[in-house]
Amino acid sequence: MQACQLTASEIACRRGDRVLFRGLSLDLRPGGAVRLAGANGIGKSSLIRILAGLMRPFSGTVARRGAVGLLDERPALDELQPLGSALAFWQGIDGAADNEFARLGLGELLDVPVRYLSTGQRKRAALARLLGQRAELWLLDEPLNGLDTSAAALVETLAAEHCAGGGICVIASHQPFALPGMAQVELAEYRA
Amino acid sequence: MSRALLAILLRDLRLFLPGGKSGGSLLPLLFFLAVAMLYPFAVGPDAPLLARTGGGMIWVAALLAAILPLDRLVAPDLEQGFFDQWALRGISEEAAIAVRVLAHWLSFGPPLMLAAVPASALLGIDGAALEVVAWGLLAGTPGLAAIGVTIAALTATLRSGAALAGLLLVPLAVPLLVFGAGALSTGGESGIALTAAISLVLLAIAPFAGGAAIRAAREG
Repeated sequence: MQACQLTASEIACRRGDRVLFRGLSLDLRPGGAVRLAGANGIGKSSLIRILAGLMRPFSGTVARRGAVGLLDERPALDELQPLGSALAFWQGIDGAADNEFARLGLGELLDVPVRYLSTGQRKRAALARLLGQRAELWLLDEPLNGLDTSAAALVETLAAEHCAGGGICVIASHQPFALPGMAQVELAEYRA
Repeated sequence: MSRALLAILLRDLRLFLPGGKSGGSLLPLLFFLAVAMLYPFAVGPDAPLLARTGGGMIWVAALLAAILPLDRLVAPDLEQGFFDQWALRGISEEAAIAVRVLAHWLSFGPPLMLAAVPASALLGIDGAALEVVAWGLLAGTPGLAAIGVTIAALTATLRSGAALAGLLLVPLAVPLLVFGAGALSTGGESGIALTAAISLVLLAIAPFAGGAAIRAAREG
C-alpha cells in the first residue's frame, strides 16, 4: 500500500444558512484512525463528504493522497440484480478482488436480489464493495448501523486490519467503535 | 479507466434496454405506436391527408415518447450513490453522463426507428417518405437523448422533477422537430443535415451540463 495521507485544515461546513462547524483540522498518516463523534445533525456526514471531496467546504482545504473508499447508508448496489452480479459490477471497475464474501457472511446471499436483503445484509454487501476497492483512505459513515453484534465486531476487526496494513480510517459514528490507537474528534467543540 | 467506462456502459444498457427482468420499459415504444394508431382515428380515413401529415405525426410521437423514460435516467442512481462512488474512483461526472447519453440513445433511438416502420404502415406513408423519416430519426434521436439525460440530471433532486422534466424537454426539442419533420416537406437532405448538426451541438453540451448538474445536486 502506497503512503497515504489525509489532511484537513481549518474546515468550516455550511448547510443552507447555518454554519455547522468551523476551524476543524485533521492530519492522518498511514495507520491513523479517527472517530468523529457528535449528536445527530451536527455535521458528521457532511464532514465525511467534504473529506471525500464530494462536497466543497465552506472554508478551509482538504488534501488527500491515496484512493478514497466511502461507506455510507447507500450501498450503491442494483436493487433488482442478485447480490453476486451487483458486486461483480464493482469488481469490473475496481479489478477482481479476492472476495471476502464468506467472511462477511454473504456466501449464501449471492443469488438473492439486493432488494430482498435486510439493512444489515446491505451494509455487509457495501463492506464487500469497500474491501474490493482496496482504497487507502476509508471514510465510514455510521458503519455499525443495522449490524448485529458479531457483524459489528467484524467491522471493527476489518478497520483494525486496514489501519495495521498502513491505511487510514475516518469513522463517523454515534455508537462506540473499538479501534486501537483511534483518536476522537468531538464535533460539538467546533460548533460555530 | 476505459475498462471502468465499458463496465458502466454495459450496466447502463442493462438498465435501459427494453425487456428483461431488470431491463428498461417497452412503454415509450408502445406509447409511440399508440399515438400513431390513434391519429387515423382522430382525423378520419382520409389517406392523402394521413400520408401528407403522418411523417410529422411520427416526429411528434417520437418527441412525446422521449419524455417517458426521463425520471429513471439519472435520479435512481444519484439517490443510490452510484455517481458518488464513481467520482471517488476518478470517473468524472462528465464521463458518466456521456456514457449514459450513449446508452440511452442505443436503447431508445434504434428501437424507435424500427417502430417507425409499423407506424408508417398505420399512417399510410409511402417508402420514400419513410426513408426520410428514418434518416431524420437517426439524425435527431441522439439530440433527443442528449436533451433527455441533461434534463434528467438537472431535475433529479427536485420533488416534482418528472413532471417538470417533461415540460422542459418540449421547448428544447423544438429545433430538432422543425428541421427533422421539415425535411419531409422539402424532401431534401438539408433538413436532415441541420437536424444532425443540432444533435451534435446538444451531444457536445450534454456531458458538461449534466455533470455540473450532478455536482450541484450534491451540494443541495
